[in-house]
Amino acid sequence: MESDLGLWAIPIAMLGGAIRVSTPFLFVSLGEVLTERSGRINLGLEGTLVFGAMSGYAVAFLTGNAWAGVGAAAICGALFGLLHGLICSLPRVNDIAVGIALMLLGMGLAFFFGKPFIQPVAPDLPSISFGWWSDLPQVRAALQVNVLFLIGIVAAVALWWMFRATKVGLVIRVVGDSTDAARAMGLSPPLIRTLATAAGGAFAGVGGAYLSLFYPGSWNEGISSGQGLMAVALVIFARWNPIYCFWAAILFGAAGALGPALQSVGVSTGYYLFYAAPYVLTLGVLIATSSPTRAMTGAPGELSITK
Amino acid sequence: MAMTTPPITGARDILSPDGWLAALARRSEAVVIPFCALLAGLAAFSLFLLMQGKSPADFYSIVYMGGFGSSFSWQNTLSRTAPLLLAALCVALPARLGLVVIGGEGAIVLGGVACGAVAGLLIGVPGVLGIPLMAAAGALAGAVWIGAVGALRHYRGVNETIASLLLAYIAIALMNHLVEGPLRDPASLNKPSTAPLAEQLRVGDLPGWNVHWGLIAGIVACIAAWVLIERTTWGFAARIAGGNVRAAQVQGLPVGRLIIGFTALGGAFAGLAGVFEVAAVHGSANASLAGGYGYTGILIAFLARHNPLAIIPVAILLAGFEASSGLIQRRMDLPDATVLVLQGFVFVAILCSETLYGRFRLFAPERWRTA
Amino acid sequence: MTSLPFSRRSFLKGSAALAGASAFAGPAFADSHSPLTVGFIYVGPKDDFGYNQAHAEGAAAVKAMEGVIVVEEENVAETVDVQNSMESMINFDGASLIFPTSFGYFDPHILELAPRYPDVRFQHAAGLWQEGVHPANVGSYFGYIGLGQYLNGIVAGHMSATKKLGFVAAKPIPQVLQNINSYLLGARSVDPSITCQVIFTGEWSLAVKEAEATNALADAGCDVITCHVDGPKVVMETAAGRDCFVCGYHADQSPLAPEKYLTGAEWNWPGVYTRMVQTVLDGGTIDNFDRGGLAEGYIKMSPLGPAVTDAARNQFEAVKAEMMAGGFAAYQGPLMDNAGNQILGEGEAFVETDIALESMDYLVDGVIGSTS
Repeated sequence: MESDLGLWAIPIAMLGGAIRVSTPFLFVSLGEVLTERSGRINLGLEGTLVFGAMSGYAVAFLTGNAWAGVGAAAICGALFGLLHGLICSLPRVNDIAVGIALMLLGMGLAFFFGKPFIQPVAPDLPSISFGWWSDLPQVRAALQVNVLFLIGIVAAVALWWMFRATKVGLVIRVVGDSTDAARAMGLSPPLIRTLATAAGGAFAGVGGAYLSLFYPGSWNEGISSGQGLMAVALVIFARWNPIYCFWAAILFGAAGALGPALQSVGVSTGYYLFYAAPYVLTLGVLIATSSPTRAMTGAPGELSITK
Repeated sequence: MAMTTPPITGARDILSPDGWLAALARRSEAVVIPFCALLAGLAAFSLFLLMQGKSPADFYSIVYMGGFGSSFSWQNTLSRTAPLLLAALCVALPARLGLVVIGGEGAIVLGGVACGAVAGLLIGVPGVLGIPLMAAAGALAGAVWIGAVGALRHYRGVNETIASLLLAYIAIALMNHLVEGPLRDPASLNKPSTAPLAEQLRVGDLPGWNVHWGLIAGIVACIAAWVLIERTTWGFAARIAGGNVRAAQVQGLPVGRLIIGFTALGGAFAGLAGVFEVAAVHGSANASLAGGYGYTGILIAFLARHNPLAIIPVAILLAGFEASSGLIQRRMDLPDATVLVLQGFVFVAILCSETLYGRFRLFAPERWRTA
Repeated sequence: MTSLPFSRRSFLKGSAALAGASAFAGPAFADSHSPLTVGFIYVGPKDDFGYNQAHAEGAAAVKAMEGVIVVEEENVAETVDVQNSMESMINFDGASLIFPTSFGYFDPHILELAPRYPDVRFQHAAGLWQEGVHPANVGSYFGYIGLGQYLNGIVAGHMSATKKLGFVAAKPIPQVLQNINSYLLGARSVDPSITCQVIFTGEWSLAVKEAEATNALADAGCDVITCHVDGPKVVMETAAGRDCFVCGYHADQSPLAPEKYLTGAEWNWPGVYTRMVQTVLDGGTIDNFDRGGLAEGYIKMSPLGPAVTDAARNQFEAVKAEMMAGGFAAYQGPLMDNAGNQILGEGEAFVETDIALESMDYLVDGVIGSTS
């Protein structure tokens, strides 16, 4: 079984890392796209993600069914989103600040209720092996793909299609681009934004459940290393396009796998700097693609962070 | 019939929009609403505790005991306050321009590292000279880091919230790299750190207290920031630009310089917080610098509605909550995250109360007469 | 209104202590009739399957002792937080013996507090205390757990098919480096061709990175993996998921991977802590500097797992018996580091108590990785 791949180990590890690590980023950023397209920003998805991880793990442990955990995480996430949406529907309330507050609250509640679930072992989500064609154990391991990852891809395409071709998508886009136009069409922007935020929260909750139920696959207070916050950055990176969200999440996951992969082939100096690669990369792309004079392509007109 | 001014009666006088009562009413809105929101948040948290089968009365008495009940508790609280004051300014100052900067943690750790690095060059230098140099280095590091956020915002249109967050992650990685690599003191075996500060470069405690001078520095910084915002043309210009950038540009205000100046100043204060952590608490720069003060600072700035003077009592209050956290764990068998939940409740309540401004006739003397 | 959740007596005592604290420099309540209050402070959650859980198990054993009250606090950062926690335990709970268990609590935090509370004993888990340099009411204790990793390595050496071991490490500090080196040397005592790949995560507790590091090791062909991070749960589960054997660290992780768990180097804090607390209860003084290995009951090995072969078992038991006799030398010359420098010449050795091991800054020949 000895198979030394030399430097080929790096791309294979990055592929595997991209598939393993990207799913939470994908779900949270899809949720954020949905929210931001309606004209609001929810910075609290980090808290939603962590609470989703805890509630998903707890329910999976208590019921013995990992999918029940995913469902519970989605519901909890939707409730957090609903809370955010309702509070932001009050006049003069700043959505960014509410997001930060709910991030704190979500993490606090997750840690508070999560104490009894640090020790127990909950069932894992199933994964599908796509590496059967290869003799290399590394490739087979890298292509061990979790079902949620596949669901995420489907969701990305579905959202893309929704924004492009359906009435619901149109309504969300109109509300996000101009409150006045939406009102003129007889729509209620606060209601639609609140629903979009709740749906976005559900996505983030599922992203959290992936963390605790598949990879790394256990609940503890350090389970998230800022995936929820980073996903908000990825949405700008992805220009509010669900398909691009997928690629951004993959890229981010691969960049995150770079550090350990380089060490495993013997490049071990300055690993902290390699570990910071995803953040540097995101910042670089933001700097390269932003512009001081025009709003970003694809940016919803009513979004506070791009106005 | 010719209208004559009615004779001024006592009652009319007191209700006049120009009278002292009216002035008091207008000013009290900014105090009464947040205070009531704070109480509402605490009340909601009480309900939460009741649902857990815990007594709110016990909880608040323990918070009082642990945070404010004795001179020892006060020292505990105040020793946490210093970095929080400075970290909150890093959020409050840019907020005057409508910018939400959440990456103060990055400026704190780099301020601390800069302090530790510079201290290594100042071994034989007396404290009166060395400490200001270290402080300047730390403040500069923080100013560059958060100022860069402002510059990116102004010149490239990069969202400052996201940029500051990314830069905070990068700063922590940089700190770890420096402390475990180029700046590591070979003698710091199991906790990689920069070389310990020479004795004369340490910042001591206030006379008779176990609270370091950073507290005074933080209070002075808050007052200075208040003066800057409320009493200078720069502060006035910033408020206009914060309300509407385009209007400010039309009026010829130097929006770019304002943005970079305010973010850099906020970053300098956060960097200073890192300096005090190194010079007054840890004695060298190491990974403990990333202690989360930057994130609590966000909460404090928002609770204080970005008013630098209000930051002082709010920071003390939150430091008191945190100081009592251990006692809550031990006496009430509640997890350490309890204080985080409490902070969340209070934060949400205060933000909800934003919607109440201007809604009450009580605070709007112009509308008294129509009652 | 319900009553406060602490007894009236302890409250009164706390108040008295407070009065004392404000009147004098420090409180004095060494009343021989009142129970001994012992404080434990942890840097992370006390059920992390790792470093903190090991200490918490020790605290639980102390709690069961007669005449002792235990107060605990978890997730206490190595900042002014821990100073406040210790002071709070002293002033409010009347703690007179405190075990701040994280390495980073010592300097400056314990050193700051100890002179202010001369009647309180601070026991710190590391070998940092020095006679004449540090206060007399501070003590250090630690175990030679590197020997446990050496035994891990022996079993790993027998069980590895690829002859490549993996080690997920937090930071390149002497304690961690010593564990890595001991693990490899144990394996090389079985087969000198074995190598060990190390990956540093840079943090003591960072779940996703630990999982990625474990996967990277498995990808690199490592088939027996161990670690030195605060909570080994993620490493154990991920490695077992990749069909690798695992060796535990800090605490017993066998429930996480029952089939794949070979053995583990565990702290035996219940024995150490009850012994120290008993010394105080008996009116004695704990030694300022106390260390030990397997023989002294500081560390222990997890029971061997079901997969362990007889050959592995026999060598494991034989070397363990040698260690129990004391003076075991895992590091014997000639020994080179992996950068080609000589560490030990022919005939030289570091025995388990050798002070040179405390400042280890190299990886021995056969370890793939670097310290910076």
